[in-house]
Parts: sequence; structure tokens; C-alpha cells
Amino acid sequence: MRDATPTRIVGTPALRKEGFGKVTGGARYIDDIVLLGMWHGATVRSSIARGAIKDIRFGAGINWDEFVIVTAKDIPGANCIPLIVDNDQPVLADARVNHPEEPVVLLAHPDKARLHEAVEAVEIDYDPLPAVFTIEESERQQTIVWGEDNVIKRFLVEKGDVDSAWQHAAHIVSGEYRTGAQEQLYIENNGVIAEWSDADGLIIRGSMQCPYYVHKALLRVFDLPAEKVRVIQAETGGAFGGKEDYPSLIAAHAGLLALKAGRPVKIIYDREEDLAATTKRHPSRTRYRTAVDKDGHLLAMDIQVDLDGGAYATVSPTVLSRATIHSAGPYLCENIRVRSHAWATNVPPHGAFRGFGSPQTIFGIERHMDQIAKAVGISPEEVRRRNFLAQGNATATGQLIRDPIDLRGMMDRALKVSDYHAKRARFARENATSSAIKHGMGIASFMHGAGFTGSGERYLNSLVGLEADASGHLTVLVSSTEFGQGTNTMLSQVVAEALGLSCEDVSIAQPDTNRVPNSGPTVASRTTMIVGRLVHDAALALAGILREKNLLSEEFSADEFRAACAAYTAQFGALRSEARYQPPKDIFWDDAKYQGDAYPAFAWAVYVAEVAVDTRTYAAEVVNFYTVQEVGRVMNPVLAAGQIEGGVAQGVGYALYEKVVWKDGRMSNNQMTNYIIPTAADVPNIEVYFEEMPCEHGPYGAKGLGELPHDGPAPAILNAIQDAAGISFTSIPLLPEDIFLRMAEAPEPECLEIVGSAKGPQ
Amino acid sequence: MSAAKIQLSEIRFKVNGVERSATVPPMKRLLDVLREDLALTGVKEGCGEGECGSCSVLLDGVLVNSCLVPALQASGCEVLTVEGLATNGALAHIQRTFLELGGTQCGICTPGMMLAAESLLRKNPHPDLDAIREGLAGNLCRCTGYMRIIDAVKHAIEEPILTADLAPEETVHK
Ligand code: FES
Ligand code: FES
Repeated sequence: MRDATPTRIVGTPALRKEGFGKVTGGARYIDDIVLLGMWHGATVRSSIARGAIKDIRFGAGINWDEFVIVTAKDIPGANCIPLIVDNDQPVLADARVNHPEEPVVLLAHPDKARLHEAVEAVEIDYDPLPAVFTIEESERQQTIVWGEDNVIKRFLVEKGDVDSAWQHAAHIVSGEYRTGAQEQLYIENNGVIAEWSDADGLIIRGSMQCPYYVHKALLRVFDLPAEKVRVIQAETGGAFGGKEDYPSLIAAHAGLLALKAGRPVKIIYDREEDLAATTKRHPSRTRYRTAVDKDGHLLAMDIQVDLDGGAYATVSPTVLSRATIHSAGPYLCENIRVRSHAWATNVPPHGAFRGFGSPQTIFGIERHMDQIAKAVGISPEEVRRRNFLAQGNATATGQLIRDPIDLRGMMDRALKVSDYHAKRARFARENATSSAIKHGMGIASFMHGAGFTGSGERYLNSLVGLEADASGHLTVLVSSTEFGQGTNTMLSQVVAEALGLSCEDVSIAQPDTNRVPNSGPTVASRTTMIVGRLVHDAALALAGILREKNLLSEEFSADEFRAACAAYTAQFGALRSEARYQPPKDIFWDDAKYQGDAYPAFAWAVYVAEVAVDTRTYAAEVVNFYTVQEVGRVMNPVLAAGQIEGGVAQGVGYALYEKVVWKDGRMSNNQMTNYIIPTAADVPNIEVYFEEMPCEHGPYGAKGLGELPHDGPAPAILNAIQDAAGISFTSIPLLPEDIFLRMAEAPEPECLEIVGSAKGPQ
Repeated sequence: MSAAKIQLSEIRFKVNGVERSATVPPMKRLLDVLREDLALTGVKEGCGEGECGSCSVLLDGVLVNSCLVPALQASGCEVLTVEGLATNGALAHIQRTFLELGGTQCGICTPGMMLAAESLLRKNPHPDLDAIREGLAGNLCRCTGYMRIIDAVKHAIEEPILTADLAPEETVHK
């Protein structure tokens, strides 16, 4: 369906479907919902990082009869939230705790204000065990906290022959790069309301991305048949991956309390709890050893990727997979080896956050490309240009790029719109003679795979539905959720376009597992490309049903469509179509060798950062940020640009502001006062440019774009800081105190990497 | 319940132009009085410590974080919440520009953000870019990157917008 034909609605800035409620205050988020007789729930968490639970005591001064108390013994089914690894994270710690925020006891009370002191009054005694808190401690394997070797997951990707490439190298460039944990910081905290009745079973409403993940988890925890668990997504105030897996745990907690209390129970985390206990982006360390020829062409890349997975596997295997696959960047190299590990540590499990592993490795490769440029003596743009993947090339996993790709054109455009050359020349002049403030320009070029990795989409086997009533009004039935990205609007546009209607003729059903089929989780930049395509197919199938009954001709007007719906429903009853995912025929993936077509399509981008570094205050500021991206067809220019700008702002935070301070496995700055994200006064001017190359997999040629913009900003910004200040910083977040330390120690420009001529592998 | 009897006070104030009252503990947060006692759930809680601005309301015309204001302090005051921005079901200009220009994504910051904008525009009807950025700096948004919020405020100053102007920078078709 490579489709560049003119469209009426796709490509226009259709209004946000649920926007009216959001600007009037009418939208109902989970904490806005109050059920009759509802109690409030709270969580008692472990106070140590690792150990055996000896005793749980309910202290004096509290009338415990007023409370409903739940421990692991109250779980009717399995004490486990299964996601990828079986017997993974427990619902409530029973004999052992493995991180300092592990839930142990649940309490409910009618008065929310009474819960705090009660939580404080629960005393848990432990026999402490040694714990590990960093990648380095975990990989030393002196203390084993997971399996036999602390390795949650490992991958090996091999292309060509890395070991014999070193002898042909003109330069060997090595570098190590680090990224910190990052909090999603959705402004709406996590929250769930559970109701229990013997007739209907368990009903969950909550802030979440993936209603069917929650559904699946609860079936096991409560040992219930599928029809006895119902999960409904409330309006969700931001997620970014942070509400992918954790809501299953909160839903299980609220459900257990509701079951025991015999009444609805609401659990809403406050900000401190949400920050401390829920998932964050995996901290990472990446090591690159690269062989290049005298012109800067990549001859070999030996890459090590290490992630801190935290105390349980949760999504770490798939985050590591995406990190691994993206680690070679958008470059052609015939000899690549990637060895990657997710290490277990005794911190709360790290999880999904926009980009899902790729911001970590793209930070590594894109900082490293600048070091290669330096070693070879060419410009950062030139080293990238010389190595860009082109149509017909193969990626690290051997995926042949079949679609046209235009990285060189995008690089030209990014340099032009940012006025890169003129600015860089001017900054070089000014920085030499001036002054307190140094300016610089930095580039990152990168890609992001859309959809689940490898065979993921085959396993998901997504299904969507579409219903029409007698008036011809359509309702899209998907479990794909809206949490700000524009899912509702985009899907309405697809249906309206396909059936010649307007967006007002289309509604999106509230995601409710009793009403909508499983169209898969809302993750992995898959909703537009994969689910949008299925919804498009369902729309065509619905028209097909009407034609079969001779109610509709090949070409039809909106009125004819409405008349056909009226006639159909009068004669035959409900009018409904479905579409199920069909794996594309030419896509193959080998899970054992980690080779093949990792993603049906990639989005591509070149970003340019312009920074100012104040050498008196050591503050780095991003002044302008230019983004050029190719995301297939742009479905809605306002929503798409909003996604890019939001992702860039998060990337600026990742690079320069957001630091999780750890103390014995626990986040110690778990307040908005001291975990700082960018404000309206901090964000740069962000410019968004799209290139459109319709892709055959998505509806009307669209690809995924939600995660892409978080991948590029951090390396572009640090590359620009190197251009400005002459110092190669290799780790983020980079705060003024970090800049101060390096400037105080090493006022001279410094390159951490080993650069030199090669005599063969050492 | 065993809780010691808490003194309740009757708070009378004008909320969104209407005289209201609530009998609550005097130190109850205005945020909770609005949400729980008056069912004005458009006022949101993001942090409870005065950092995020999602609980912003105008108190006698002044932008405050309602999570930091005890009910007592609002007694006799005029309060404006997001629910009071539209008149007779017609969106206020600022609501329209937020909606049409992409100023709202997940929407959780939007009520507070629009009140910050309203407060800014009342004080300074023609703010320049820096003034807009400063005026919104007490309200956190994690979704938008602020560009379209800033745009929405800019356009709220100017003539009503047309959706045709809303596209981002030019798009190249290949
Ligand atoms: S909830 Fe009041 S400022 Fe965040
Ligand atoms: S729109 Fe989601 S936080 Fe602002």
C-alpha cells in the first residue's frame, strides 16, 4: 500500500478527538472517579534492598480493626506478574525482598488521611542479604542476586568477521559512554480503582497503556476465567512507557484489597511514591571499539551494551533487544559484533520509557561518531555521510533496507535549516577570542524501528473491530489507548478517509476488555503503523459487507454510505467488521541467531543542536534545536509535530537536567522539587521538518514516530557542547556540577578515547 | 471511627462566579475542597508540593497552586477554575487556541496551564515570547515540549486562528 495519492483527511490537522474534555476540565482521569462506598488503599514497602522477611508486626496506636490488611497469603492465584519471564515479579513479597520499594503489605481504609500513619506503623523485620546496585557490581558476580550469573538476558549479534578487520584499520577508536536512569514523569501519577462482585468478578479502572496486559496478569493472580476480569482504561494523563507494565501490579493490589474489603478500593500514588517505586529508564554503559579506514569508513564495530535491569526481569529482555539492534546506528558496516547484557541489581525494576533502549545506545554511537571524525580529521557531518545506510544495504542484523532512504538528503536539509556551516564558523571565531559564553553545534543521525521487534507482531496477532450504527456512525474497537499521543484522532482520520466520511462520523470506544478486542499494547511506535493499518482494513471490510448485500456501489458518497448502514441494520442487525494482523510475506526473523528483519520499517532522522555553555556558571543551555525526520506519511501535522517537540524536550531533560540520585538502591530525590524537568523557560526553540516517503506497511504510508524524537537530542547536545567547550563529555545527565568538575580538572580539550594507528587486535 | 473530632469551619466563597460554601477542616487544601466538596475535578494534583502547577487556580485574580492554599485562606475570595473559563458552553479564546493548535496532549496539565496563560494575559495583554515562557514556567508539561502551548498563548493575543495556519514548518513530499 505505498500510497501517495491525495487524501482529504489524512495529512490535515484534524482536531484532537478528545480535546474538548481536556480543555474544559470535563475529561475524567482515574482520580476524578469516585464510586459509592469506595475505600482507599496504600502500600507498605520494604525498607531494605535485599533480605529475608522474618516477621511483620502491626504496631501500637492504630486501631487495626478499622483496616483491611492484605499480605501475600491472601492471593487466590499465583503470586506473580508474568510479562516476559515466568515467575517474575511477585505481587507482594512473601519470604524475600529484592529491592527497597518492594510491596509487602496492603492496607485499605475509608479515610484516606488515616492511611499514612498506618503504613508507618507496620514493622517488618528482616535478615538482610548482600545487595548489588550498579552494572559494575552485578557483572563482578561476587554477589549473585539473579539466576547463576546475574544476567537477566543476553544477546549476541554478529555480522561479517570483526576479528580480522582490525589489521586493515587506519585508525582504531574506542570509547565508553554512560546514561543515567530517567523518570517518565507523566504529570498524572499512577492510579487504579478495583471493584469486586461474585457475579461479575473483578473490574479495574485505571491510568494505563495496556489494558490487556493488566487483564492477563489478573487472570493468574486471581485465578479467574477471562470473562471474570474486566479492565477499563480511564483518561490517562501521560505515560511514555511508564504505564506499560507497572499498572498490572497496582491493579492486582487494588483488586486484592477490594476482594477482601467487599467494596471498591482506589489506590492513587502520590508523587513521592510514584517516583520512588515505579519504573524508570534503564541506566546504561556502552563500549565501542571501531576500526575505520583513512577516509573514515567503518570497517568493524565491536560493541558492548550493558543495562541495569533492576531486581526483576519485567520488560528488560525487550528493552535490551531494542538497545542491541539500534546500537550500530544508521550506518553501513560489514563487520559488526554486539554483545549485550541486562544485569540484575537490587533497585526497583527498570522499565519502558519512550525509545525503549535505543536512546541509550544511540547516545553511545552518536557520541562515538564524533570521536571517529576527530581521529580521522574530518567533520562530524562528513563521517556520517560517508557511512550512511542506503537502500539495498544490510543492517547489523542483516536486514536488507528495501525501502528508499534519504539520510544524505536529510543531512543536507538539517544543515541548511539550522544554518549549520555559517553558525559553526562564526562560533569558532567568537569562541576563540571571547568570552564567558561559548557556542557550539552538534549533530545526531539515527533511526527508530517501528513495531515490535522481530517476531513480536506475529505473537501479538492483533485484532481490531469496527461497528456502524443505523445512522452510519462508526465506532472503532481497539485496545490501543490514548494518553496524549493522538491515537484517537489518528484512527478517526484513517476511518474517515477510507470511507469518505468526516472525523465527526467516527468515535473511538473507551478501551474496555469487555467491549474491545486485543489490538495489542500501546507501545513500540506501533499504533499508527500496525493498528492504524488494521483499522483501515476493517473500514474497507465494512464497506465490503455492505457491497456484498448490494447496498453500496464501488464509489459512494457519505449519504449513500449512511443509507446503506440504515438498510443493513434494518435487515440484518448489527453491522461489524474485523481485521487481524497478517505478517508481511517478505519479513523474516531468526530469534536464535538474532538475524533478519528486526522491524517492518524504520523512521529516520537527523537532528542538530545549538548550545551555549557558560564557562562562569558551568550551565549548558540548548538555544535552538532543529529536527528533520522521515516518518513515512504524516497523518496529522499538528499532532506529529507535537510528538516530536515533546520527545525533544524529554531528550533535553535526559541530557542536561534529569538526575536520579540513588542511595542503597532507592531514589533519594523523589520529589519534583529536586528531580528537575525542563519548563517553558528552559526548552529551546524547537523546529520540526518532515520528509515524507510513504511506507507500504502503514495506513496511507505512515510509519511510527512516537519514540524517535527521544533518541537523538542527548548525543546532539553533547556533541554541540564538545564543539563549544572543546571537552568530550561521555555521560548523561550532564549537570553544571559535572561540567564544573571536568573544566576544573581538564581545562584543555581532552579526548578520552584511544586514537591511533592499528597494528592488529590487542 | 476513632479519629479525634476535627473542628470544621464553613467556608464561603465565589467559585466561577457562583456563591458556594463548604464545611471543611480549615486547613484542608483548597485543591481538595474544590475536587472533593465542590466536584470541580478539572483542578488536578500532580505533586502536592507547589512544583507542577496542575492545581493552578486564580484566587482573587492571582495565580496560586491550590495544593498549597488552606481552605480558610480562600474564604470570602473569588476562585476561578478551568470549569469557569467557558461561558454558556462556548469555549474561551484560550481554550480554543489550546485545542486547535495542539496545546493539549494528555491534558493533565492543561487546566492549570490555561489558568497560568489567563493570568499572564490579564497582567500583560501583549506578552512577548520571553514573557510567555516566563509566565508559564511555573507549570510543568511533560507531553508537548511547550512549543504549541506557547503558540496557543501567542494566538490567544492575536486574531482568532484558522486551522489552515496550524501546520508545522513545510513538509517535503518525495
Ligand atoms: S499539585 Fe499543586 S503544584 Fe503540583
Ligand atoms: S499535555 Fe500532558 S502534561 Fe501537558
